[in-house]
Amino acid sequence: MFKIVTKKVLSEVNKLMEIEAPLVARKAKPGQFIILRVRENGERIPLTIADSNKERGTITIIFQEIGKTTKQLGTLEAGDYLSDFVGPLGKPMELPSTPGRVIAVGGGVGIAPIYPKVKAFHEAGMEVISIIGARTADLLILEDEMRAVSKELHICTDDGTKGHHGFVSDILQTMLDDKSKKIDEIIAVGPLPMMRVVANQTRPYGVKTLVSLNPIMVDGTGMCGCCRVSVGGETKFSCVDGPVFDAHQVDFEELTRRSRTYLSEEKTALEKFEHECRCGGGN
Amino acid sequence: MALDKELIKQLRKQKEKHPMPEQEPKERIKNFNEVPYGYDAETAVKEAARCLQCKEAKCVEGCPVEVDIPAFIKLITEEKFDEGIKKIKEKNNLPAVCGRVCPQENQCESFCVRGKKGQPVAIGRLERFLADYEMAKGIEVPVKPAPTGKRVAIVGSGPAGLTAAGDLARMGHEVVLFEAFHATGGVLRYGIPEFRLPKEKVLQREVDYIASLGVNIKTNVVIGKTITVDELFEEGFHAVFVGTGAGLPQFQGIPGENLNGVYSANEFLTRTNLMKAYLFPDWDTPIKVGRKVAVVGAGNVAMDSARTALRLGAEEVHIVYRRSDKEMPARAEEIEHAKEEGVIFNLLTNPVRIIGDENGWVKGMECIRMELGEPDESGRARPIPIKGSEFMFDVDTVVIAIGNSPNPLIPQTTSGLELGRKGTIKADEDGATSRKGVYAGGDIVTGAATVILAMGAGKKAARAIDRYLQTLP
Repeated sequence: MFKIVTKKVLSEVNKLMEIEAPLVARKAKPGQFIILRVRENGERIPLTIADSNKERGTITIIFQEIGKTTKQLGTLEAGDYLSDFVGPLGKPMELPSTPGRVIAVGGGVGIAPIYPKVKAFHEAGMEVISIIGARTADLLILEDEMRAVSKELHICTDDGTKGHHGFVSDILQTMLDDKSKKIDEIIAVGPLPMMRVVANQTRPYGVKTLVSLNPIMVDGTGMCGCCRVSVGGETKFSCVDGPVFDAHQVDFEELTRRSRTYLSEEKTALEKFEHECRCGGGN
Repeated sequence: MALDKELIKQLRKQKEKHPMPEQEPKERIKNFNEVPYGYDAETAVKEAARCLQCKEAKCVEGCPVEVDIPAFIKLITEEKFDEGIKKIKEKNNLPAVCGRVCPQENQCESFCVRGKKGQPVAIGRLERFLADYEMAKGIEVPVKPAPTGKRVAIVGSGPAGLTAAGDLARMGHEVVLFEAFHATGGVLRYGIPEFRLPKEKVLQREVDYIASLGVNIKTNVVIGKTITVDELFEEGFHAVFVGTGAGLPQFQGIPGENLNGVYSANEFLTRTNLMKAYLFPDWDTPIKVGRKVAVVGAGNVAMDSARTALRLGAEEVHIVYRRSDKEMPARAEEIEHAKEEGVIFNLLTNPVRIIGDENGWVKGMECIRMELGEPDESGRARPIPIKGSEFMFDVDTVVIAIGNSPNPLIPQTTSGLELGRKGTIKADEDGATSRKGVYAGGDIVTGAATVILAMGAGKKAARAIDRYLQTLP
């Protein structure tokens, strides 16, 4: 059992938890993820490691309540326990060998997984320009944390409630067009449509662009192949070969399609959970 | 119920094994309950009486874990069941598992002299009988030996790891068993279906027995990620046994394998067995099985997948295999069970590509007919495509069960390990690897094989590790 040490509500649907997992904390590197099960009959879900603290022996996860498992996770409080928590899984993100200028694009709950990467870039002496966006101001997370590790922070909201009224790609475009400042690398994490847009947007400019993928997984150790993704025409397992890949090589169409495999089952599970919550029968 | 001499005489002439009652095929494809019910005491005693008690019993040679087979069978004829199970457990820590999933026809029973004229003694069924007898009664835990002060880490809680762990604990060593999943058993948990090996009733109780021997089990630890083998030594372990199995699924590399509705057998079985997708939505993990399922391959994993697909509600399940029935690697019993349940066998047939509909879901599979040529390096006839024989197979779910490669996590993250072909870890007869103190056994050394061979490797390695530990200060 793994103890929830702290819980923070970041927005109505975004929550942060610090989990006591000293073995994982000792090893965790930016770009890696964990797999957890909330309860004995629960599914295994992958979540990016948002932060880790060796001294405290904790791993920070941030999740958006979307389906049954994340909603159930959101009902837990500090002091509660998770059934299972395993990691760190996946390959750590590679840092460029020479200092340079990096643009980090985080959309929605994708700001959580991009934060540890930006922090690592920052600590490695890179100049990081961050662009974060959400549907509306209330859904923006980690603004202060991101600001602390970025040279510049740009904010966008779809509805204009904060920062630029529009998409992260609008701001990114102005930077791509600014020939006076070289971009060494772009990293984008967010919903699949956002990452796809960014990949297509930067491709003509030939700027190295990375994405961190979050496909459906079961074991997370390369055993089942559920998370397979086509990268440059080759099948890769996101859990062991990734989760960070060259955005220009990823087959987003296939990935989007595969991510929709269990839509109807996800709906069934969520409805059952919400029904049980209303009736007080759930856990 | 002692048998009279006349009956014993008769039984010693009886050519056939006593049949084991089982669920009717029509019924059992609607549930995940175990198929065979096992012998009752009377049948077991009678079957045991078929054994001729050979002085130089060949059957023992066929047992990778060296069970004294004639001795336990004799104890059954004497109705000394408690002593019988003790006799087995002197050598085999997992009798309820072995009695169910061992391919006895290629092991002990293939050596039985009764098999020369008729069927061999049903050694597997008798083993299962004793194991189930003990479980019903409550498992006895042997007295713990004095601690040796030596610490051994076991990586992977499959058949090899459980066996090595149990044996080493019984030798007095402190044993910690690491498992990457949230539940123990390895392939016994995620691979072999409930209807062949019940998880709570049988597997969990065997694992509990291993724990009761003093083995400290740690789940949710991925050796190679959470802790490396190198770090295990730094933390004071004197030896490490690697039994991480063959957990890397192979695909054919044909177009369409990433369409929705294509599963590796590992994913298909893991969702069902480990994650209990057949209980969705009471359990959270879903699985999607369509109307018509094709399982590619004809090994035990393919049979397990096909029979699982039926139980998950598929209307029609096909085995698609590129060679003929003679070359099918699955156990005869598994093929028989699959056929009884209505699985359709398409032999000398090989998939060429999988075709998707407009939403990216499988809607068909193009196959080609094959013929057999000269034997290839595996010794089996090489399948050769017949030009122009392509045809369309109307399926909506495809399960790829063409084999698994060794899990690369440990080889990639451990220094000083010499590797074999195809990513296996090189180890000698005793499981010793190129690195001092590191032993390996099971599928990670041999490539995908059987539960009992992995157990045999775990047993040999435990003995070798014990010898090695005695050389340490």
